[in-house]
Amino acid sequence: MSKRKKGFRFAIRGRHFTLGFPFLWLTLFFALPFAIVLKISFSTAAIAIPPYEPTFTYADQLLNVALNLGNYLLLLDDALYYTAYLGSLKIAVVSTLGCLLLGYPMAYAIARAPVKMQTVLLLLIMLPSWTSFLIRVYAWMGLLADTGLINNVLLWLGAIDEPLKILNTNIAVYIGIVYAYLPFMVLPLYANLVKMDMSLLEAAADLGSRSINTFWNITLPLSKGGVIAGSMLVFIPSVGEFVIPELLGGPDSLMIGKVLWQEFFNNRDWPVASALAIVMLGLLIIPITLFHHYQARDLEKEA
Amino acid sequence: MKKLSFSTVMLWLGLIFLYAPMFILIFYSFNASKLVTVWGGFSAKWYVELFKDQQILDAVWTSLEIAFLSASMAVVLGTMAAFVMTRFRRSWAKLSLSNMITAPLVMPEVITGLSLLLLFVHMADLIGWPAERGRLTIWLAHSTFCAAYVAVVVSSRLRELDMSIEEAAMDLGATPLKTFFLITVPMIAPALTAGWLLSFSLSLDDLVIASFASGPGATTLPMVVFSSVRLGVSPKINALATLIILAVSLIAFLSWYFARRAEKRAKAAMEQ
Repeated sequence: MSKRKKGFRFAIRGRHFTLGFPFLWLTLFFALPFAIVLKISFSTAAIAIPPYEPTFTYADQLLNVALNLGNYLLLLDDALYYTAYLGSLKIAVVSTLGCLLLGYPMAYAIARAPVKMQTVLLLLIMLPSWTSFLIRVYAWMGLLADTGLINNVLLWLGAIDEPLKILNTNIAVYIGIVYAYLPFMVLPLYANLVKMDMSLLEAAADLGSRSINTFWNITLPLSKGGVIAGSMLVFIPSVGEFVIPELLGGPDSLMIGKVLWQEFFNNRDWPVASALAIVMLGLLIIPITLFHHYQARDLEKEA
Repeated sequence: MKKLSFSTVMLWLGLIFLYAPMFILIFYSFNASKLVTVWGGFSAKWYVELFKDQQILDAVWTSLEIAFLSASMAVVLGTMAAFVMTRFRRSWAKLSLSNMITAPLVMPEVITGLSLLLLFVHMADLIGWPAERGRLTIWLAHSTFCAAYVAVVVSSRLRELDMSIEEAAMDLGATPLKTFFLITVPMIAPALTAGWLLSFSLSLDDLVIASFASGPGATTLPMVVFSSVRLGVSPKINALATLIILAVSLIAFLSWYFARRAEKRAKAAMEQ
């Protein structure tokens, strides 16, 4: 009896610990940091360590809260930030479409392949995304450079007379993002397409629908969840991308992740960098919620 | 001959697109010429140069140490979170934990990095800890974002698991802790291994978050690679990149293998 009681008490404590420990860890190292970013985005930059003025000061029984809206107004005022946000969104949208156009047929082909081949093909898709991201972006530098392999081959074939300028342009950034994020598009699409009820497609074929018609009217609408999940997995991180525009892009491929990095490390303007991060998060709230919504729905369906 | 469909052609083109740059990089790492793009004969001299570079060797060691410790912590955190997500009743705490643990999966790295750095600066200001940023702060940062991946891998395994075995053990008088270590852990061990290896390779690869969380005391390998790559393409980096690709592919393949074996075993057990 007493052993049982002890076990019961232990179970209660164990449950609390299992929930409490990761909860506290994530509150401390994930949620709280965002609150601090929000706070610093309202403070004034100063030449000090750390380089900003305190938001809350307490003296003579008077709590002073100094909220500086200047950082946000600066984002509106200075064309640099405005251009960077628009540039990021444009690059992310175009790259996401590129991933979708290439990734959808790939996922479709894998889902229709023999079951044994499917696991091998999936491994082939996943492997590159697990090898170093930085190295894979670096590999493209040697390919796209003016004296790089692609230009050399084209010159040798006589297709062009002088090297094409690809490295340090937006084209290179598109190639880099599509290349780096393609697996994130293919995997959710595959997971969706492989679960599709084939009898619907057979019924359509029996009723005389042509395969293109069947695709547009049945397959594509049914895979909407996969398209949205994949697109969000590509779109969200590419908006904040830093490594790809820094290595492959030129001075005109202004992206917000790069600007944030420069404000923080080169200009040491922490408040403006924080404001940039908050606005970026604001822009991403809708895609992030959309992603979570479709993820949660998928999980519920499985359960 | 079977007619090739449009999607199959795209699949092969996509796979060539994914693999060609890496194979070309590996090929050029054996180039004797100093110019990266001109072929000057076969040579392994850049590998020899690489092993003479003390800065790179130090960075490799730092990265391995951080990756090992981060992966271990991430498995502990991620498994606990996965357990809460699959076994606990619906409550606000469970809901906010599952939201918080999956958030780092989609968060842009610059935001995660910036926010963690600001946290460490604040903590140092308020309680004097951490006194300086370095291995410890990178470890904290990496454990947090890798835990998200572990939670996904482990929770999908826990969801498939037959709960009646655990219930039987508890009915026979085993404490929950004993049940967990003697019954649950062996059953999810391949998922834990896969999660550990995945975290290890993620931590080894991370540049952005490590750059924010680190101080003058600790430089990881991606940070060294990035600062030299910024200056242009160099044959020594080609050699280093080749070794990284081979090492990480091996880890990735192992983690896939363990996850796969677990699936097969589970299927075999269900069929019995």
